Amino acid sequence: MNINTTKIISLLFFIFSAFYLYTAYQIQVFAFDENAPFNARTFPIYLGYAGLFFSGLKLILPDPNTIKVDHKNLEYKKTGILILIAIIYGATILKVGYFLTTSLFLFASYYFLGERRWILMFLLSFPFVAAFMYLLHGILDIYLRDPFLQSIGVMG
Amino acid sequence: MIEGILIGLTTALTFQNILMVMVGCFFGTIIGMLPGLGPMTAIALMIPITYGFDPATGLILMAGVYYGAVFGGSTSSILLNAPGVPGTVATSFDGYPMAQQGKAGKALAIAAWSSFAGGTLSAIYLLFMAPSLSKVSLSFRSPDYFALMILGLTAIAAFSSKGQFLKAMMMVVLGLMLASVGQDSLSDITRFTFNNMNLTDGISFVLVVMATFAMSEALTIILKRNDPTSAAKQVSLTELGSIKINKEERTKMYKTIPRSSVIGFLIGVLPGAGATIASFLAYGMERNVVSDDEKEKFGKGSVNGLSAPETANNAACSGSFVPMLTLGIPGSGTTAVMLGALLGFGVQPGPRLYMTNPEIFWSIIMSMYIGMVILLILNLPLIPYIARILAVPKNYLIPLILFFSVTGIYVMSFNNFDIYLMIGIAVVATFLRLYDFPMPPLILAFVLGGLMEENLRRSLLLSNGSWEFLWDRTLTACILATTILIVVWHIYKTFKKKY
Repeated sequence: MNINTTKIISLLFFIFSAFYLYTAYQIQVFAFDENAPFNARTFPIYLGYAGLFFSGLKLILPDPNTIKVDHKNLEYKKTGILILIAIIYGATILKVGYFLTTSLFLFASYYFLGERRWILMFLLSFPFVAAFMYLLHGILDIYLRDPFLQSIGVMG
Repeated sequence: MIEGILIGLTTALTFQNILMVMVGCFFGTIIGMLPGLGPMTAIALMIPITYGFDPATGLILMAGVYYGAVFGGSTSSILLNAPGVPGTVATSFDGYPMAQQGKAGKALAIAAWSSFAGGTLSAIYLLFMAPSLSKVSLSFRSPDYFALMILGLTAIAAFSSKGQFLKAMMMVVLGLMLASVGQDSLSDITRFTFNNMNLTDGISFVLVVMATFAMSEALTIILKRNDPTSAAKQVSLTELGSIKINKEERTKMYKTIPRSSVIGFLIGVLPGAGATIASFLAYGMERNVVSDDEKEKFGKGSVNGLSAPETANNAACSGSFVPMLTLGIPGSGTTAVMLGALLGFGVQPGPRLYMTNPEIFWSIIMSMYIGMVILLILNLPLIPYIARILAVPKNYLIPLILFFSVTGIYVMSFNNFDIYLMIGIAVVATFLRLYDFPMPPLILAFVLGGLMEENLRRSLLLSNGSWEFLWDRTLTACILATTILIVVWHIYKTFKKKY
């Protein structure tokens, strides 16, 4: 049996399924439901076994189509930065508000992907988000809470 | 049926709905032309917007995006040999050689007319088949539905996995596991929430679609250093030449289109199959039925070879609506996304849909005709102009996709936990994509998870906990036998390849 990344993923899935199955058995059901033909834990238990079965098969059976990924050619840095920007976006959106956070999110993403046309970057962030916000808030009636715009008196 | 058609026409022909078909077709064509970004991404990005409309309008918009993407995918296939969507791979076999001979305009015209005819004919088949199948499926019981869902999930795993059946089945199980998070629908007992209140209502369907498609595809493009917009830049520079089709070519198309549309539609109806398999089968069949002289031209710019897959892939799109509208069981990842959106609207698709919500059922079918006309107008004269719009740098395209994904989730919950969860799922999905773990089976399983548990619950309660319900009815037993055959065949194939 060759150890490759697919097998490692299958092993992780096997462990995950085992944990899922264990948690499924811990689901608290009502006393009168305990011996019922079907209760809240029945389906998850079957799923746990199905996960163990398929990942177990993948681990045991030969892997004729081994996938080889050339990690040297992958752009981990930019991908990581984009993910980090998205996390910061999630952390600040409720406190700062939709407009400023989203505009900065877009501006920073353009910058870290290598863009340096400042005017275009600006136009495709602040005015673009303002227009989109108008579409959501003004036309489609989707309320967007924005403490920043409220603090400067733009939003009621 | 006449009454239904009239209701559908009245709904589909409102200004708002015509506008939505146009927007959907336009947006779909754009996304379809970008290799790497498929119709599922396009539809996923549209979902939050559709929640601002009524269900019929929302679904009309999504359907427009779907066949627009398949239509648009043919352009990059013909001009660049770089299929925008998998369903247009077979189009490049004869479309690209034709373009290389200086007949790019003609190839695009043949593809556009074939797609138009395929889509229109299959919408007619859908018109007649869907109500009949709805009536038949009223006799289906819970065990049949449960078996049918297992068959659908197994079939999509078998067809979408490129020989990686077990990986696809693992994705199916993962999708079902994600669907099981939250309150149990009957007892309200919480499961797998780990005392986190944000998970009590379960994981949002839109979140999973956005994470596994839109966001994950954007991250994959950056990670692999791909540039989907480079294809569009080249399209915008290509000289198209004449778009006129002569009499001889038209005669060939008249013969090819009807048979390919039937194949496309029937393959589209099958759960898990779809535009890709339909186009390959139609191409193969066409090669077998044409004269020996014509057979020689296949792969070198044959009119039949181009017309057949283009007709079939569009016909398959309409066909894939049949199981979704009549059984409430989507046949493909794309229709699974639409089904999820419909459930989000509070509409339960299934055999009773055309009685309870005739305006939704019929207006989707009617809007397909309008969509086909719009696509024909869009694809023929406007392709170079659309391509120019598309030639935006990747540095702008990717952040905008991320923006629509994150905003889509935020406006649905106003909760930053969902943003974190989406990022987490997207990172895992991106990693899994690198190793060819397919995402459509996960989405289909996630959408069907709740329905599957519900039907299993009813079946087990009716049979007093006995699993005999699986073979008590002939229909259930036949569906299950087909499923077992697919599983055993694919596991056997894995063994055979190695030894």
